[in-house]
Amino acid sequence: MHGRPRKAPKPEDEAASSAKAQKLRALQTQFFSFHHNKIYTKEAVELSAKLLEINPESYTAWNYRKLAVEHYLNLPDCNPDSIKSVLDDELRVVENALRQNFKSYGAWHHRKWVLSKGHSLIDNELRLLDKFQKADSRNFHAWNYRRFVAESMKRSEQDELKYTEDMIYANFSNYSAWHNRSVLLSALFDKKAEGFLLKEKVLPEEYEFIHQAIFTDPDDQSGWFYHLWLLDQTVTTDSPLLASSWPGHGSDVLLVGDRCYNGSAFSPFSALHSDSGSFPIVLYFNQPVRGVNSSTVTVECGFNKNEDLLWKPLSASNSQTARVWVAHLKVSSSDLHSTVEVSVGHTKGIISTRGFEYSHPSMLSFKVHVQPMERDSSQVSVAESISLREENFKVYGKQSEESIIDSFDQLIIKNGHETTASNWRFEALAKEIECFRELLSLVDCKIGKLTLARLLKAYDAMSYPFANKLVHSEEVLELYSDLMKLDRTHYQFYKDERSIVLLQKYKDSVSSAICGPICLRLNNLSLSRMGAFEKLLWVQMLDLSHNELQSIEGLEAMQLLSCLSLRNNKLRSLTALEPLRKLKLLRILDISYNQIGDHSIDTTRYVCSSPLSHSVGSELNRDETVTSDVALINNWEAFYIFKDFNLNQLDIVGNTIADEKFKSVLVKIMPKLKQLDGKLLD
Amino acid sequence: MDDIPPYPPIDPTTFDLIVIGTGLPESIIAAAASTASKSVLHLDPNPFYGSHFSSLPLADFPSFLSSHSTSPSPPRSPSSDDPNEFSLLEFATRPLYSSIDISTFSPNLLDQHSRKFNLDVAGPRVLFCADKSIELLLRTGTNQYMEFKSVDATFVGDNKGNLWSVPDSRAATFKDKSLGLVEKNKLMRFFKLVQGHLAGEQDVKISEEDLQSPFVDFLNKMGLPPKIKSFILYAIAMADYDQEDTGVCRDLLKTKDGIDQLALYNASIGRFQNASGAFLYPIYGQGELSQAFCRRAAVKGCLYVLRMPVTALLVDKDTGCYKGVRLASGQDIFSQKLILDPTFKVTLPLGSSPPLPLKEKLPFFSLKDDKGKIARGICITKTSLKPDISNFLVVYPSRSLFPEQVTSIRFLQIASNLAVCLPGMFVLYISALCNDDDQGKKLIHAVMNTLLTVPLDSESNAAVQSETAEIGSAVQDETSESSSGGPSDSGEEKPTLLWSALYSQELTLGQVDFICSTPMPDGKLNYNDLIDTTFKIFQEIYPEEEFFPETSLENPEVDGDASPET
Repeated sequence: MHGRPRKAPKPEDEAASSAKAQKLRALQTQFFSFHHNKIYTKEAVELSAKLLEINPESYTAWNYRKLAVEHYLNLPDCNPDSIKSVLDDELRVVENALRQNFKSYGAWHHRKWVLSKGHSLIDNELRLLDKFQKADSRNFHAWNYRRFVAESMKRSEQDELKYTEDMIYANFSNYSAWHNRSVLLSALFDKKAEGFLLKEKVLPEEYEFIHQAIFTDPDDQSGWFYHLWLLDQTVTTDSPLLASSWPGHGSDVLLVGDRCYNGSAFSPFSALHSDSGSFPIVLYFNQPVRGVNSSTVTVECGFNKNEDLLWKPLSASNSQTARVWVAHLKVSSSDLHSTVEVSVGHTKGIISTRGFEYSHPSMLSFKVHVQPMERDSSQVSVAESISLREENFKVYGKQSEESIIDSFDQLIIKNGHETTASNWRFEALAKEIECFRELLSLVDCKIGKLTLARLLKAYDAMSYPFANKLVHSEEVLELYSDLMKLDRTHYQFYKDERSIVLLQKYKDSVSSAICGPICLRLNNLSLSRMGAFEKLLWVQMLDLSHNELQSIEGLEAMQLLSCLSLRNNKLRSLTALEPLRKLKLLRILDISYNQIGDHSIDTTRYVCSSPLSHSVGSELNRDETVTSDVALINNWEAFYIFKDFNLNQLDIVGNTIADEKFKSVLVKIMPKLKQLDGKLLD
Repeated sequence: MDDIPPYPPIDPTTFDLIVIGTGLPESIIAAAASTASKSVLHLDPNPFYGSHFSSLPLADFPSFLSSHSTSPSPPRSPSSDDPNEFSLLEFATRPLYSSIDISTFSPNLLDQHSRKFNLDVAGPRVLFCADKSIELLLRTGTNQYMEFKSVDATFVGDNKGNLWSVPDSRAATFKDKSLGLVEKNKLMRFFKLVQGHLAGEQDVKISEEDLQSPFVDFLNKMGLPPKIKSFILYAIAMADYDQEDTGVCRDLLKTKDGIDQLALYNASIGRFQNASGAFLYPIYGQGELSQAFCRRAAVKGCLYVLRMPVTALLVDKDTGCYKGVRLASGQDIFSQKLILDPTFKVTLPLGSSPPLPLKEKLPFFSLKDDKGKIARGICITKTSLKPDISNFLVVYPSRSLFPEQVTSIRFLQIASNLAVCLPGMFVLYISALCNDDDQGKKLIHAVMNTLLTVPLDSESNAAVQSETAEIGSAVQDETSESSSGGPSDSGEEKPTLLWSALYSQELTLGQVDFICSTPMPDGKLNYNDLIDTTFKIFQEIYPEEEFFPETSLENPEVDGDASPET
């Protein structure tokens, strides 16, 4: 029951509970003997009822009763009347158990099971629920069950919506009611039910509704949760959109062989060093999608017509759903200049996680110029020529950065028709921003500040195609700084959020940030988290050194990365490096002076949804050469992370883990490695 | 009442306490004294319980008022002293009601069904779910004789006929449609501050200086907008006088008192599961309260005799001490203590000054008359003022109806589901403090004109005829719709007046000595002050006795004190 303080048990309570335990134990012993001997006599079944009345949490007893019911229903003299009486008995037992503890999972589940037999009147259930929900209006078991009952009864969502409204009017501190409201509205939106066809008609009313709760009591969190859901409904477009791509629309790509970073006749801004005879095409959607394949995305180019490209999802989990998709297009050296056209979504099949179809077919076209390979010279140490030394950034210094940004924007603007058609989203956000500024002028409220920051960010993100500047970033940064001071418990969360804003803002003021079209320097920014990847797809050399990164989730989107410095960050484990496994072009990696190996427990594995714990075993087993090597088994994490790397150069010094033994393992895992911690390998 | 039936003699003839009048304070004292094992005789000249706190059938209402409106007849020459040792001091009735104005617009119907009405003489009244009357009812087990229903809502009215719901709780504030978001926030923060203060939280303690300052100043200091200030002052703290005009305000609320009022209100909301708001109203009317305490007293052995006027006080010739009373039946009954209904006063024989000892002993004989009066009005309509709510309270803060209005006018609509009128009808109680009858009339009329249609006399016959027919059918068919549209907003039709009674009531305070007079109903909505006074009177006559000791509790607290809404 909510709102009742917990009291320490008194001695007499403890005596009572031990007496109860005594009684329960006796009952239980007898019950188990019936259960094991499959005895379903009246007496035995009644005993289980007695047990459940005292302890509704006894799952075995519930299961026993299910078996007993099945037993009765299969008796030869079974008729509709006796079925009904057996099932009614079950309902009665459940009700008694719920009276004892109406948060018993087993009891609620049993009730569902009985009803699913289809012999009981569902109408009684609403009456029972009214009773339970009156006793505790926030009891989520009852709310869950209510959804089940409403569905079985085919009760309209509109009626249930009205019910949530009544419950909210009675007491608006009710997470369950607000939650159910969001569930019901989602269903109505999906169904395109009458009156719910246009979100822009429904959402403003919901905003109005939730404002009453938030302003009445800003300290009550239940309303804020619903507001967050509304915000998501406002910001997220139904159908997924292509947020960015590499190569950008209208861009020129120069493909060169191993040592052709200089001496090119072309503008070097999109020059890509490729030694595999292929280059990646990256599609970045604004929400996770599935169904990206050679029929939904067609690629036409001079050198390879209608090639069946293999599109791979880039996500932390191994699901077939991802924001970022990549395919590798093979280049033939016979055709030096060619135009590639990528058509996205002209055939249906790209579908968001929420089930919406990609519905804005778009086309990217870019030119590819191939620089003939100079195989003979490829053995010259690349390591010397590309590293993140200062002078390299100078070499690849600002050139034609404008054109990158332009092409990037063109893509977005092509998608702009969706945005212009949804002016209401802007208006809704603007209204919310105004509303919460007012609230904050009245009270100092953490969650209000966080919400305002979210709103401003969403507003900026939405207006990006039209305004090149994130107009609110200063205000957002200030809000997060404030929150970091106000709410120490969630300091890291605010810092992470702040980092992303900082990054976007930094990206936004392009002129000072990009040292070259392919190199990006984001060092010394106190970043604790990375973001804005969709704007960074073109980066080949990235300096993230001297930040406070604990995770580099999302970095897998930067498929062109060949050179990455994570020097002097706060990475704590090898598993934190997992996104790097997907970077096929990565040759130079600096993870020196992090905290890998400091902590015996790898928290990354619990924080991120890493496939590691599930997949690594099988992968190890398949590779027999590895299982025979004790050193590798002991370092399976390292093996898992590094075995797919094509690194030429690695810096790992300054991590606890990086002792000599470990280094020797690394060398074994990565035979292609030429340089480790600045030392050339044989 | 002149036609007094023959009285059977009362036996025994000596009691610890004689109580005359069955108003609420008298009934409580009778019950308390009986509980303290005193022998009590409780008399009432009326044939019903409750005196000035009773609920009366429609036809009896005017006669009750007028019987208490005439000036006392000059006392007959003192009956020559009895041969025994007593002097006789005759009782006279005091005029307690004036400017009585009864209008009937639908005579046939109402006459026929007079008994179906239970009209409160002291309306409008409600019980706060956490107030002293409820505490007393529960503590004494008297609640078992009564049933209550919840008053659904409180509104603040304006001169355009609008009724604004009072955001008196978190849920009500959330639901309110008339307050802006900022206002809601400010109001809730104020409520939280008060709650924190009451809970003794150190960081939100209201300073002693603030507590002693006028409540209105504190509200200003808290930056509350005028609308909310008015809600808090007049509809929650129930201030009687204009708090912002010290020139006219006779009762300036201190912050401390204001906060106590808020605490009472807050504790009242949600106290009983089946009472939605802060207030309760007894089924069959407020008169039930007096009656319930009389039943309670009777259970404890108190002797009841109704229809029994008392003619004179028996006083010891030598000492001037009270000895007993002479009944209309001629019987003399003796007791140590006497409690008098405010109806009575004892007049001294003309031209004679009381014997010296008597003079000393009887300073209390002249009841203290408060200068103020209270104007009351009762209206009967057949449509609710709010289409969707039938039982509710409305407060018109000072100056809300006209500029010279210095006191709050309160207004209570009670529907037939509380068994106070014919099905489908509504009883409206109005009251306001005033200095004189004219001022009082003006206040009551102001509300009536804002909310009701008063049929014109010239048309009344025809109009009333059809009205009657209509209602006649409504009465037969109880299920017929009870409300035909909301009058409060826009120019929709206002409910039509069927019957009204306007009157002014004297405000007399209780009097305490060895003969004690109980107070008249005051100008408040609840009985808190009256119960305080009653308690003081009881303590005065029985300083040794506990006022309903805890052990007398027969029925443990019944949770569902308010009967469920149907």
